[in-house]
Amino acid sequence: MIRVHKLDAVVVGGGGAGLMAALHLTRGGNVDAAVISKLYPTRSHTGAAQGGIGAALGNLEEDNPDWHAFDTVKGSDYLGDQDAIELMCREAVEVVLELEHMGLPFSRTEDGRIAQRRFGGHSRNFGEGPVRRSCYAADRTGHMILQTLYQQCIKNRVQFYNEFQVVDLVLSEGRVAGVVAYEIATGDLHIFHAKAVLFATGGFGRAWSVTSNAHAFTGDGPAVCFRNGIPLEDMEFFQFHPTGIYKLGILITEGVRGEGGFLVNGKGERFMERYAPTMKDLASRDVVSRAIFTEIREGRDVDGKKYVLLDARHLGREVIETRLPDITDFCRTYLGVDPVHEPIPIQPTAHYAMGGIPTDVDGRVVIDDRKTVLPGLYAAGECACVSVHGANRLGTNSLVDLVVFGRRSGRDMARFCRESDHAPLPADAADAARQEIERLLQRSGDERVATIRKEMQEVMTEFVGVYRDEAGLTTAVKRIRELRERYGRVRIDDTGKRFNTDLLEAWELGSLLDISLVTATCALNRTESRGAHSREDFPRRDDENWLRHTLAYASGRDDVRIGYKPVTITRFQPKERVY
Amino acid sequence: MQYVFRIQRFDPDTDRKPYYREYTVELEPGDRVLDGLHAIKWYQDGTLSFRRSCAHGVCGSDAMRINGANALACKVLMRNLGQRVTVEPLLGFPVVKDLVVDMEPFFEQYRSVLPYLINDEAPPEGRERRQSVEERERFDDTTKCILCAACTTSCPSFWANDKYVGPAAIVNAHRFIFDSRDRGAADRLEVLNDRNGVWRCRTIYNCTIACPREIEVTRAIGEVKRALLYGDQE
Repeated sequence: MIRVHKLDAVVVGGGGAGLMAALHLTRGGNVDAAVISKLYPTRSHTGAAQGGIGAALGNLEEDNPDWHAFDTVKGSDYLGDQDAIELMCREAVEVVLELEHMGLPFSRTEDGRIAQRRFGGHSRNFGEGPVRRSCYAADRTGHMILQTLYQQCIKNRVQFYNEFQVVDLVLSEGRVAGVVAYEIATGDLHIFHAKAVLFATGGFGRAWSVTSNAHAFTGDGPAVCFRNGIPLEDMEFFQFHPTGIYKLGILITEGVRGEGGFLVNGKGERFMERYAPTMKDLASRDVVSRAIFTEIREGRDVDGKKYVLLDARHLGREVIETRLPDITDFCRTYLGVDPVHEPIPIQPTAHYAMGGIPTDVDGRVVIDDRKTVLPGLYAAGECACVSVHGANRLGTNSLVDLVVFGRRSGRDMARFCRESDHAPLPADAADAARQEIERLLQRSGDERVATIRKEMQEVMTEFVGVYRDEAGLTTAVKRIRELRERYGRVRIDDTGKRFNTDLLEAWELGSLLDISLVTATCALNRTESRGAHSREDFPRRDDENWLRHTLAYASGRDDVRIGYKPVTITRFQPKERVY
Repeated sequence: MQYVFRIQRFDPDTDRKPYYREYTVELEPGDRVLDGLHAIKWYQDGTLSFRRSCAHGVCGSDAMRINGANALACKVLMRNLGQRVTVEPLLGFPVVKDLVVDMEPFFEQYRSVLPYLINDEAPPEGRERRQSVEERERFDDTTKCILCAACTTSCPSFWANDKYVGPAAIVNAHRFIFDSRDRGAADRLEVLNDRNGVWRCRTIYNCTIACPREIEVTRAIGEVKRALLYGDQE
């Protein structure tokens, strides 16, 4: 049975970007909108963000949005679009205050203002030294943002469809007509016929073996868009966070280093001094992750076990337990290590997608190098690429991105809904989704989802990780094609209608495989090193040939066609990047 | 090491009543119960349904009964259990399938306590509402709630009467009642003074023990009772 709902707008995803958009979309009261989430919204991965949200409030020392913008541009290795970055850093200040006014319980300074701490890559006066810019609520900042936005959605009676998996985008007459969603509790398909659709589905770290990301982070939004002919931008840039818990990948916030913690190798050396003389342990994440990898590769890890240590002991119990309580709990629970007394074993962990669905600063999806807008289609948050993060995102800027561009998207969608009518709903709108679900339920094949997923994660970890080269990436592309082939023969156990997560995991694997193919293909294509994309065979940044965004289009069933788009440069000319 | 998982299974579409099924799984002592559930689902029996997402105790998806006690499957390590592990769904909400319960009644309870900042005074232009470190600390504990329902579904008063608003909703009311920026305490206290409000709490402490975020739930409920009895909101 297929149920059809007609409304003005749908928001796909109930994390920070989706909820912020929903609030602003419905604020005027005359837009009929709903949030569709495959989880209960409070389960969204925004809630796992720890260390803070960057904004130049200057509560503890002088700061200004221009410095924030410069740091972001530099952090992006000059691939970020500077008009969007300047706008984001300006609006960050008012959006953080808006969150506080909504009730967000920030930690406080002695005089009752929002507390701020240092964070990687954030500096005063264009790189002179670290600055306190990250506005935080202990190490639970993402949790507080998610809860606060959800609370506001309840207050404002935002409509939710919880545990609905969006499986297709409906386009008609060159514009958006809605989405198709699978209701997890019942197995029914629903068509949401809408004028405007926002994707805010988050990232896809589950393509790698060791990740800080939730199981839900399978790249559904970008995958659905890609299959519908929309390009994905800069997919070769994926961030590996330097400090994941050894083997598990659980995030240990950069806030530990922001508070004064430092990295130590197996010989007891504070090795970051060699890689980043000024910012040291607070250099940007790509730099620190490469440093850790290099230490490990050159045999200076701990006991040859491929990890190094994050030492926070000198901060003392008071600072650790009050400003970093959650990560303290994680270390005690999962490692049996108490950071008050022992250093924390860490390794880089797959963390954040800089690339994604290309948008302008109002969240409108732009589908080519001339920035042509696809009417009614929006994206925000990690699944989108504005691009404000370029080749490497600074810590705290993901939360800034969520709320700034979630808000702008919501506002622009409200305008769009007022000015537009519904595109006609094609009669076969749900056919492709229904056929794919039926195929997965047929159980004709002999391949297990978990086996293919594990092999994919191993391929991505080995060949599309912190360091890459042509041979490895060529192998990765070939192996992912083979895995996609095998995915066509997947066999699931559960054929029921009710809460069939076996089917869902199979469908999600389809998204991950598409996204992995795009990521590996783009990484193979870009023959330079920039930000998080480090080619050992092309170790230098090459502005002459590569100061441009990649656009990856689906071409046939198995191919990726590459195009490009210029980078917008306003004030900050590319120069060598030293921390 | 080998562990035996004894899991309550139930699909209302095909089963007349719940039953238990056993699975043997190879795990390390440092692995999570969630790793065991995944090992079963991924390699033995894909029909097993449960919720999970973040896998490190912050999203609240995978609350369930593990050897009789409510916990998050991603926060309980195998080394803290015996070699036989019984896993069952939370008590008190209808089972949708296997370990998945209907969370709608839980979120309805939550919504009933006006869980959002209420303050109609215009906020200061261009800056934050001030709040001292002490004022912020006053409600810190209850800001940690992840709405996993472990507390509410461990509460005998809730088992006896599912109209009781339950500990999780009270925790979220507390979070605002004691926030110096909020002006809605009277409205929330009125909701909680109802016969299905805080007075159904019999100070059993199951909620406090069950909370995976180590919130002192019973204490928070006590503070709300004091606010009602003595107007004590400091």
